[in-house]
Amino acid sequence: MSTHSHGHAEDSHAGHDHHDHEHHDTFWTKYVFSQDHKMISKQFLVTAIIMALLAMFMSLIFRLQLGWPSEKFPFLESILGHWGKDGKLDPNFYLALVTIHGTIMVFFVLTGGLSGTFSNLLIPFQVGARDMASGFLNMLSYWFFFGSCAVMTASLFVQAGPASAGWTIYPPLSALPQAIPGSGLGMTLWLVSMVLFIGSALLGGINYVVTILNLRTKGMSMTRLPLTIWAFLITAILGILSFPVLFAAALLLLFDRSFGTSFYLSDIFINGAPLAHSGGSPILFQHLFWFLGHPEVYIVLLPALGLASEVISTQSRKPIFGYKAMIGSMLVIAFLSFIVWGHHMFITGMNPFLGSVFVFTTLLVAIPSAVKVFNYLATLWRANIVLSPAMLFAIGLVSFFISGGLTGIILGDSALDINIHDTYFVVAHFHIVMGSSAIFGMFAGIYHWFPRMFGRMMNKRAGYIHFWLTIVGVYGTFFPMHFIGLSGAPRRYYAYTAYEGFDAALNINALVSVFAILGGLAQLIFVFNFFYSMYRGKKAVQNPWGSTTLEWTAPVEHLHGNWPGEIPTVYRWPYDYGKPGADEDFIQQTVPYSETPKSNLPGEA
Amino acid sequence: MIKLLTLIVIALAAVTIWRLMRVLELVRDLRNEDEQITDKDNRVNGRLMLWFLVLGMGGMTYFTIDAKKYLLPVAASKHGALTDSYLYINFALIIVVFFITQILLFYFAWKYQHKKGQKAFFYPVDHKLEFIWTIIPAVVLMGLIVYGLKLWINITAPAPKEAMVIEVYGKQFDWTARYSGGDNTLGRSNFKLITDDNQLGVDSLDENGKDDKITRELHLPVGSKVIFKFHSRDVLHSAYFPHLRAQMNCVPGMTTEFFVEPTITTDSMRLITGNPKFDYVLLCNKICGVAHYNMRMKMVIEPADDFKKWYKTQPYVFARPDAAPAVVPADTVKTAQASAQNRKIVASK
Repeated sequence: MSTHSHGHAEDSHAGHDHHDHEHHDTFWTKYVFSQDHKMISKQFLVTAIIMALLAMFMSLIFRLQLGWPSEKFPFLESILGHWGKDGKLDPNFYLALVTIHGTIMVFFVLTGGLSGTFSNLLIPFQVGARDMASGFLNMLSYWFFFGSCAVMTASLFVQAGPASAGWTIYPPLSALPQAIPGSGLGMTLWLVSMVLFIGSALLGGINYVVTILNLRTKGMSMTRLPLTIWAFLITAILGILSFPVLFAAALLLLFDRSFGTSFYLSDIFINGAPLAHSGGSPILFQHLFWFLGHPEVYIVLLPALGLASEVISTQSRKPIFGYKAMIGSMLVIAFLSFIVWGHHMFITGMNPFLGSVFVFTTLLVAIPSAVKVFNYLATLWRANIVLSPAMLFAIGLVSFFISGGLTGIILGDSALDINIHDTYFVVAHFHIVMGSSAIFGMFAGIYHWFPRMFGRMMNKRAGYIHFWLTIVGVYGTFFPMHFIGLSGAPRRYYAYTAYEGFDAALNINALVSVFAILGGLAQLIFVFNFFYSMYRGKKAVQNPWGSTTLEWTAPVEHLHGNWPGEIPTVYRWPYDYGKPGADEDFIQQTVPYSETPKSNLPGEA
Repeated sequence: MIKLLTLIVIALAAVTIWRLMRVLELVRDLRNEDEQITDKDNRVNGRLMLWFLVLGMGGMTYFTIDAKKYLLPVAASKHGALTDSYLYINFALIIVVFFITQILLFYFAWKYQHKKGQKAFFYPVDHKLEFIWTIIPAVVLMGLIVYGLKLWINITAPAPKEAMVIEVYGKQFDWTARYSGGDNTLGRSNFKLITDDNQLGVDSLDENGKDDKITRELHLPVGSKVIFKFHSRDVLHSAYFPHLRAQMNCVPGMTTEFFVEPTITTDSMRLITGNPKFDYVLLCNKICGVAHYNMRMKMVIEPADDFKKWYKTQPYVFARPDAAPAVVPADTVKTAQASAQNRKIVASK
């Protein structure tokens, strides 16, 4: 780790040049193959925003089909070519859109964009390190991520269509091109993309864990770490342990598709002929997939919860209630997340006794989740809340976490799951916990740490408009879906016009689509605010939110090595907000107890 | 032309939003603001929090009451009645928790907004409180687990021997049913035996298959016990009977099953729903290809006599030259064994 620092005035990306020092960064090493965690975090974020816009656009297209199934939309043919012939969305491409939408959102946006961005930005800063343990692995982690995004996007242009078997890509549908056209080259590219993504996640995860454990500054004990760091640590461990299992699942699928093996296939007669595969079971894939799949949703959620904890505490000017309980609950959630995967498989035909075990563990995970919600409420109680856009999104995260978590209790109960499995009730549940709660955490993080990333502030008025339009749009989109599901409407249906009993699906779907389109348009306000403020935002001060954590003790200008001179020493935990007797309503972690005699609690020297 | 116009519209929209951002920037500079959150910001957004709570709760309540008409009618199976009441208990529970927590959340966001000179209450920990709100959810969830698992074990228990065996066979993109006939045993089947005339690949050498019947509609006698055996020919499908509250994946390479006891006839359900055209349905509920949304089979629940009448008219898997009368699946093992015995005797002659 270098103890020299090289000053860079880095206030814009629009090709500034500075020749006043001897650092040997070229354009390529500074902006492209950067090994600086701050630059890499921005790379992850911008890539994730672009992918999110793409996936959102896809969802608006299939929402048009679902909301108005008898209408023709001529512009679809302009945009989609033969997939939108005569203004009607092709049913095969509908399934492809649904598949790629899910894949991009879960993996690229909510994992790459959440973990990749904020772990990279905050870990070195908040633990007090010059950079990640390995800048090189970090750089590779981003470029593998970029590669996987590129391959997935390329798969959209394949002749027979991209992967279309749902983001869960169960075989035999995903193994047999004769079963659905997207299972040809499109599916192969999906697998390649995911292998690259898993590589990225592993490289990043190892880096995060090593940095947090090994590179903490003097005085930064584990129990003085902000909750963001705990969240990123636990998330990284979850990823390291579970992503390889998805890799195994994908590898076996690749073998079944291309090398004649029968891991997942047996007794299949299709297109007029029996297949030679014998002895395998599709249920094996489901076990392997969901062994990652469930921890994956906590990989999505925990960083969002960590970011929200930080934003809520800072903006409430009050310590997060129950710091140790928050850590404990994250640990319990992480542990339990490994033994609940079967709740995605209650009606797969697996042994009912196994199902019972998973009901037990699944309902247990509601307990630490409830504790977290109550702790957030207790933090807000008798606080002094600054309602910044970031804080609004953090509050929104808690609201969605409550809503989605409660319906999870119903879905996790196998007897009840029988009738709502694979219906829109499930779609509503996971969109509320992931597509709303987690994404709100991401927004809270972006609004709050934008000054740290770009040295400027985002426009708060645009932020407020974005928040209110989004929360109304999102609740309006996903709340009615519960009823569509309860009426018995399956998911991944191209249309509900075939069976007379789907009145709910027809009428409510139109309402859902309207809210979805409005909510989608509202995101443009965010996108413009984001890119505009990068260049034209009000210049930020060093600690605009009056926060206690270390990232705000580094100068606004980005320096290699983060701090000029020595790395600060840490003397206290990160939640001394509103401490009785203190001069200000916050005390930074770098302030020794000897300097704050008036506010020291008994035991603090 | 449309393409060009669409591109122009999108470009203009983008330019508009970009200029709006510039307007916001100019307003900010004119007012000498620095993106710090002002008292006015807190007041306005605090008030919006309250409004959102009130309007949101109101909207959800109204929608829920109005959407009742879309919910499924009363369950048409014995276990379905039990899971439905359990579902209502769950909803009551989560609605109460939902109201309390959301009200606290949005109320606190308004009530405790930042005021100059006000200091937050320094309250970092309270072990007793943590214990209380860990124990209470734990107890409630334990209760749910016990009750839910009792139901689940009951529903998934092995079916009684007298249950009528019906195979439900899914393939891209339709369903076929195979009734097991008087011996209540399905003939062996193998996917390698599938032909145009033998779509389910039933083995003609298996005696048990001689009385099997193939149907394109599913009929169930009300008040009976039925065990479905599910097969798939090609990819994963899922047999979803929303009105029976039953669902089970159809997996190529294995047989899955589900036990039901239908309780309400189609005619009764037509009266209950007020829809004279109502029909029960079997839907595919696992993505299976392009026509997944169109893969369904009509189901009829009828009195035993009507069922017998219908069953007589259905074709055997293997057309029988002697046109012996169809035997209704018996409900006791004894009768089934006796019929099998008879057939063995007849066949050996």
